Amino acid sequence: MSEGLYKEIILDHHRDPRNFGDVVSPDFTIEKYNPLCGDHVQIQVRLDDTGERVMDVSFQGEGCSISMASASIMTEEIKGLPVKEALQRIQNFRQVMQGQASESTLDGDIEALSGVKNFPVRIKCALLAWTALKEGIETCEKCGGPGHVCR
Amino acid sequence: MNLHPETSQTGFKSYQKRIHDIRKDFPILGRQVHGNKKLVFLDSAASSQKPTSVIEAMDRFYFEEYANVHRGVYALSVRATEKYEEVRVKLGRFFGTTKEHEWIFGAGTTALINLIATGWGERHVQAGDEIVVTRLEHHANFVPWQQLCLRKKAKFTIIELTDRFEVDLEAYVSALKRGPKLVAFSHMSNVLGTVNPVAKMATMAKEAGAVVVVDGAQSVAHLPFKMGDLGPIDFFVFSAHKVLGPTGIGAMWANEAVLKQMDPYQFGGDMILKVSDDVTVFNGLPTKFEAGTPNFVGAVGLAAGLEYMQELGRDWIHDYETFLCAYALEKLTAIRGLSIKGPMDLSRRGSVISFTVDGIHPHDLATLLDLDGISVRAGHHCAQPLMNTLKVAATTRASFSFYNLPEEVDALVNSIETARKVFS
Repeated sequence: MSEGLYKEIILDHHRDPRNFGDVVSPDFTIEKYNPLCGDHVQIQVRLDDTGERVMDVSFQGEGCSISMASASIMTEEIKGLPVKEALQRIQNFRQVMQGQASESTLDGDIEALSGVKNFPVRIKCALLAWTALKEGIETCEKCGGPGHVCR
Repeated sequence: MNLHPETSQTGFKSYQKRIHDIRKDFPILGRQVHGNKKLVFLDSAASSQKPTSVIEAMDRFYFEEYANVHRGVYALSVRATEKYEEVRVKLGRFFGTTKEHEWIFGAGTTALINLIATGWGERHVQAGDEIVVTRLEHHANFVPWQQLCLRKKAKFTIIELTDRFEVDLEAYVSALKRGPKLVAFSHMSNVLGTVNPVAKMATMAKEAGAVVVVDGAQSVAHLPFKMGDLGPIDFFVFSAHKVLGPTGIGAMWANEAVLKQMDPYQFGGDMILKVSDDVTVFNGLPTKFEAGTPNFVGAVGLAAGLEYMQELGRDWIHDYETFLCAYALEKLTAIRGLSIKGPMDLSRRGSVISFTVDGIHPHDLATLLDLDGISVRAGHHCAQPLMNTLKVAATTRASFSFYNLPEEVDALVNSIETARKVFS
């Protein structure tokens, strides 16, 4: 039964996290905690000069395999994307976790996380990095500001 | 390691029949989870399961005898009041105390510690005073004191642990030399299982002139003791729900002298003697500290839980749980990469076992165990300052009650081994 949650792709990202560490001259760094389990994740993002595209993203932190694999998958997912699209991906992933969007909208490694939605107490683990990234984008002055693309 | 001469299935023989009878009193233990997985409930430290007698005692009260207490002159109310007040007598019998009015009911351990921190603390603690707690406290016996100290600009001292997960008594003695106003510590740790030498610590604190608060949330269910065994303590608090009783009620014992030096913390009905436009005269003990309609049905459930324990025998419960704890420690320590966070000396611990397994986060482990039907707690156990000191974000905790079986220890161990394979 555990296969539904602990898929090989998740275990692989857990053992071998992608984009782990720091990015060079980040535009923002944001940290989030999950008070339930003490997990924490830090996300760093460097944007392009206009603040409209994610040029580089990294994560670091400590937590369960779900939260760490999800962060790792997220960094791969959004690196190089326009900020606007990154926000859409975050929104979509959140909706899939909350059962409001179909898991068929997920493509690639991220699909492996779809099983988490059947474990309500673990959804927060999967969303931790994504919530951090969203908050980071929304509070970053470079891509923020009234009427700006990501608002 | 040889923790116990009979830490094997053969040692269980002498308990077997009785435990199987006991389990019939806890119908929930027979249920299945996740489809067809037999429930293995190893989280009694968070809240115990309830025997039929407790549930029935409360049902009967609601169905046949219910009316508010301390109000009516009619038969039902009088009888309800008697039943409620009788619980204080029953607490006295269980704990060997003599004065009924020294027992105060509240919503639970947390609420009652807040009552002390506010009712006693606000009156007696001043800027520059000191309050001492230990590193192994639950947030319930940590945050109220920390916040009181912040409000009062008092010094908040945390006594660290030794490498054997016990309170460092040398550091404790040094702190006492400074003459703290109050010391607060757990009887038994909800994370480490450590049992503190309460009588010794209380005697030392009293000699230093401190008021002594003991958090008994974990100890009442596991340790056979009378209040007199705890030395010169001033306050002892516990929650019913960890001792076979219902949620939403706990009890505090405090000596009369210290209660008289305390102000009420909540105001309203029941706690008054006389109210006029300008002033209120408060009621006497214990009602002064029980504003509003009390949880008297809960109190009856609390008493039924304690009576169930007394019928089994508190010494017998402790013997069996010690056997089970020894068996679990022996089996768990044999797992590669598993590290027990707590004392290994059975005379200094109760049957609450926290551990970490290399390479597996406690939440992942708890989820995998759950899929096998095994309920354990994973997380910081409401003891973040302790977790920080242990340098872990979380642990997995299996806690054992007298209704658990050695085969449930085996199920736990097998499931951990399977989890290790998933994460290898």
